[in-house]
Amino acid sequence: MSAVKRGCCAGPAQASNIVPTASMPAGVGPAERDWSLYRRPAALAASLVAWFVSYHYLPVFAAWFTYDLLGLDPASRLGSSVAFFVYDAPKVLMLLVLVVYVVGIIRTFFSPATTRRMLAGRRESVGNVMAASLGIVTPFCSCSAVPLFIGFVTAGVPLGVTFSFLIAAPMVNEVALVLLYGLFGWEVALLYVSMGLLIAVVAGWVIGRLKVERLVEPWVYETMAGEVAEERPLFTERLRTGLDAVREIVGKVWPYVLAGIAVGAVIHGYVPEDFMASIMGRGAWWSVPLAVLAGVPMYSNAAGIIPIVQALLEKGAALGTVLAFMMAVIALSFPEMVILRRVLTPKLIAVFVGVVASGILIVGYVFNLVV
Amino acid sequence: MNIKILGTGCANCKKLYAVVEEALVQTGIQAELAKVEDVQIIMRYGVMSTPALVIDEMVVSAGKVPRVAEVSSWVATAAMKEAAAI
Repeated sequence: MSAVKRGCCAGPAQASNIVPTASMPAGVGPAERDWSLYRRPAALAASLVAWFVSYHYLPVFAAWFTYDLLGLDPASRLGSSVAFFVYDAPKVLMLLVLVVYVVGIIRTFFSPATTRRMLAGRRESVGNVMAASLGIVTPFCSCSAVPLFIGFVTAGVPLGVTFSFLIAAPMVNEVALVLLYGLFGWEVALLYVSMGLLIAVVAGWVIGRLKVERLVEPWVYETMAGEVAEERPLFTERLRTGLDAVREIVGKVWPYVLAGIAVGAVIHGYVPEDFMASIMGRGAWWSVPLAVLAGVPMYSNAAGIIPIVQALLEKGAALGTVLAFMMAVIALSFPEMVILRRVLTPKLIAVFVGVVASGILIVGYVFNLVV
Repeated sequence: MNIKILGTGCANCKKLYAVVEEALVQTGIQAELAKVEDVQIIMRYGVMSTPALVIDEMVVSAGKVPRVAEVSSWVATAAMKEAAAI
């Protein structure tokens, strides 16, 4: 018997017998099993309470640590730098853990397969909006961009809708959101998310209008894509997936976050205000295109780029310019182009980069004008 | 038993390979272990996120690196099925 089913008949309902679950060891009686189900939520609730208490008292702790324990002068440069680091580093890491955990759990309710089912045969415009939004909550790694692309287009997801997904998925992510919220406040975080979504929707829609299907490598449409049955995970498995996400994502980005906050702390204490204003301020019209041009060849995740963003903003660079830089770095990366080259012709890659870069440019300019 | 690791050579694909090797050592089960890097073949399994694990042509996991204990239990289940078939 094979789990690989072709066509549309592989609904999740039949899937329960496919994957043997490892979570319930054989021989555990029903009573014991019930208790183990409650143990995890109880530990979870306790951790949540501990999280909120620690978060609440963090400013008190940071001030005590810097000024009382280390005996630094609040007015000194060193004191100001250390206070910044001691408060911001734990704050951002704690936010990161919580949000990555919650998003990790939310993502267990979505998969590329369910997203594809929702998008297949969808009209453009509505499809673009849905694809961009689903891009946030669907688990995605740019290393599987190719199978995902083929899976989407062969299942009848329109090309432009597929692009909306591929643009939003890396650009609007929980790490960027947390760092922006933690360092610049919810307004900037919200701005980033809504602009990221807007660019993904509009750029995907434009690519759809351009009718560039012939610029996809021809073998893509000839690929026989199978469909795999999925089973619904248990609630405890969802919680565990959240923990796995924390371990994997926070485990990977924490050195960048700390390094970034350290850079931010040094700048906070030592570099004069408005240092960047002359180069990347609102007055310099060429700063936005320059930021995008500088951003495209750079390859970094959100965690790596935020420290630079922090440094630029703090010292007087305009918000639109900095957002444009950040979006260009995250959304348009050279390695991803190389990966996508296997399914897209160079011309279509150029169209993709051009449309997205234009969107980022417009967002940058509009922000510099409005904010 | 035939085990395939589907993935286009990403870091997690290598991790999954190591996890499967470890699971085979722990369970003491003999299996053919192969990497599949051709996207068109990967697509035939209906997998859209890599790395994916295929045991005896059944996709048991996709888009993540499962734990050794999970892989061991899948391998053991497959071995029992094979024994039942003989």
